[in-house]
Amino acid sequence: MIYLKPYKALFRIRFTNSLQYRAAAVAGLVTQFVWGFMYILAFAAFYNSNPAAFPMTLQQTVSYVWMQQAFIAVFFIWMYENSIFEAVESGQVAYEMVRPMDLYGRWFTMTTANRLSRAVLRCIPILIVAFILPEPYRLVLGGGAIKHVLFLLSMILSLCVVVSFSMLIYISAFHTVNSMGTRIVVGVAGDFFAGGYIPIPFFPDFLRTVIELSPFGAMQNMPLLIFNGYLTGNAIARGMLLQVFWIAVLVLAGRLWMRRSLKKVIVQGG
Amino acid sequence: MKLYMKYFSMHLKSQMQYKTSFLFTTLGQFLVAFATFISISFLFMRFDSVGGFSYEEVLICFAVMMMAFSSSELIGRGFDRFPVLLGNGAFDRVLVRPRNVVFQVLASQVDFSRLGRFVQAVAILIYALPRSGIDWTFGRVLTLILMIACGAFVFFVLFVVYAAFSFFTIEGLEFMNVLTDGGREHGRFPFSIYGDGVLRFLTYIVPLALVQYYPLLYLVGREDNVLYALTPLLAMLFAVPGYAFFRFGLNRYKSTGS
Repeated sequence: MIYLKPYKALFRIRFTNSLQYRAAAVAGLVTQFVWGFMYILAFAAFYNSNPAAFPMTLQQTVSYVWMQQAFIAVFFIWMYENSIFEAVESGQVAYEMVRPMDLYGRWFTMTTANRLSRAVLRCIPILIVAFILPEPYRLVLGGGAIKHVLFLLSMILSLCVVVSFSMLIYISAFHTVNSMGTRIVVGVAGDFFAGGYIPIPFFPDFLRTVIELSPFGAMQNMPLLIFNGYLTGNAIARGMLLQVFWIAVLVLAGRLWMRRSLKKVIVQGG
Repeated sequence: MKLYMKYFSMHLKSQMQYKTSFLFTTLGQFLVAFATFISISFLFMRFDSVGGFSYEEVLICFAVMMMAFSSSELIGRGFDRFPVLLGNGAFDRVLVRPRNVVFQVLASQVDFSRLGRFVQAVAILIYALPRSGIDWTFGRVLTLILMIACGAFVFFVLFVVYAAFSFFTIEGLEFMNVLTDGGREHGRFPFSIYGDGVLRFLTYIVPLALVQYYPLLYLVGREDNVLYALTPLLAMLFAVPGYAFFRFGLNRYKSTGS
């Protein structure tokens, strides 16, 4: 347990640090709320145009959108930890390498803590409003305690997939002069395939099968589809195993790549 | 106008000094819009229509709003960054110069990276217009131009209103994004599909539907009444309360110091 101590301390510092920006969070809430509501209205319009072509029930889509908005900081790749890019590009990272702490673990903890603190601030008001809205726009619970435990577990796993995936983007900054391009392209494409624009069940079938097996399918797709009741039984077990598999692969790849990158790092004096 | 062109070329030159940064911001704008375009296309692989509108009609709507927004942002970025101008005291310099305030704020920023969205909007229009089955008459061409031009104008007024709010708060107000960015994002579908409440709000309070939904009905031949084609002109009246609000804020302005 002694090895975990610095990570715990770091986690606590980053967590309380982000909680300071309460005003920004409140301002963001209004935007997010309107956004979620407009998405739902648009989906409802599609539903009314042809209910038979809709891949899930309207209620399930409503739950998907509200939970996605509530936990936006957990699910979206583009919510990067910009201080890491700055550290690599400015050479600050040299100081971090001197510290007696594994850099991969350090960055992983920092990112996770920041994402969690943002989510904690944002989710509660959004959830409250989503629960008191009139039908059919209301967020409904249901499906029993086991489902909600599975949802929580899957959300933690999906946070780990998102973070370990974005670790690869941070590490790539060692190899490029300007990481903006990678950041943007991978961020937008990743969030699209993860179901950030429209849920994966709305994708054309050929693409859907591929994405569900990819790491993108193991991100927001899993917890959100568990929560809204779209996935049941074996599909949940299979999906969560896939999440664990991708975390293992991504963390391993990230660690190996980081070790190789750090060997080659040349810090220009100054 | 001559002076503005001078500012314009100056901004162009200065932004071209940082080519990589410029290119990536433009790329980012382009990609986000592209992802939205793909998701619309995916939806229409399942559905034939939404709220009575076809894929091509929705695409026209999407492209028109994107074009209006990006051209407005291209020149109106100064108002978007207005809180910064107030916060660091740079606005005081604006006040002592013998030129119109709106002109100076306008000229303080031109953001060319917004072309990323504009280019895409052009491409989508080139795809969608011939396939939409619109029977092109002079009136319809004019309607399309009015939608884009007046749309850009309404977005511009929204930026001015946003700037006017910051006279009172100094900080930017993120809730205005709901109207500006929101108008662009959710304007990809005709506003009628969001229901009567939203449509009424966007008709009488913030006249975005006047440059989108009503003229679109005329454009695609669903309404023959010429009045529908002219609603974008009506939307320009939004400038009256918008500008008045800006003047009101300006009169109450107290410098923040530097």
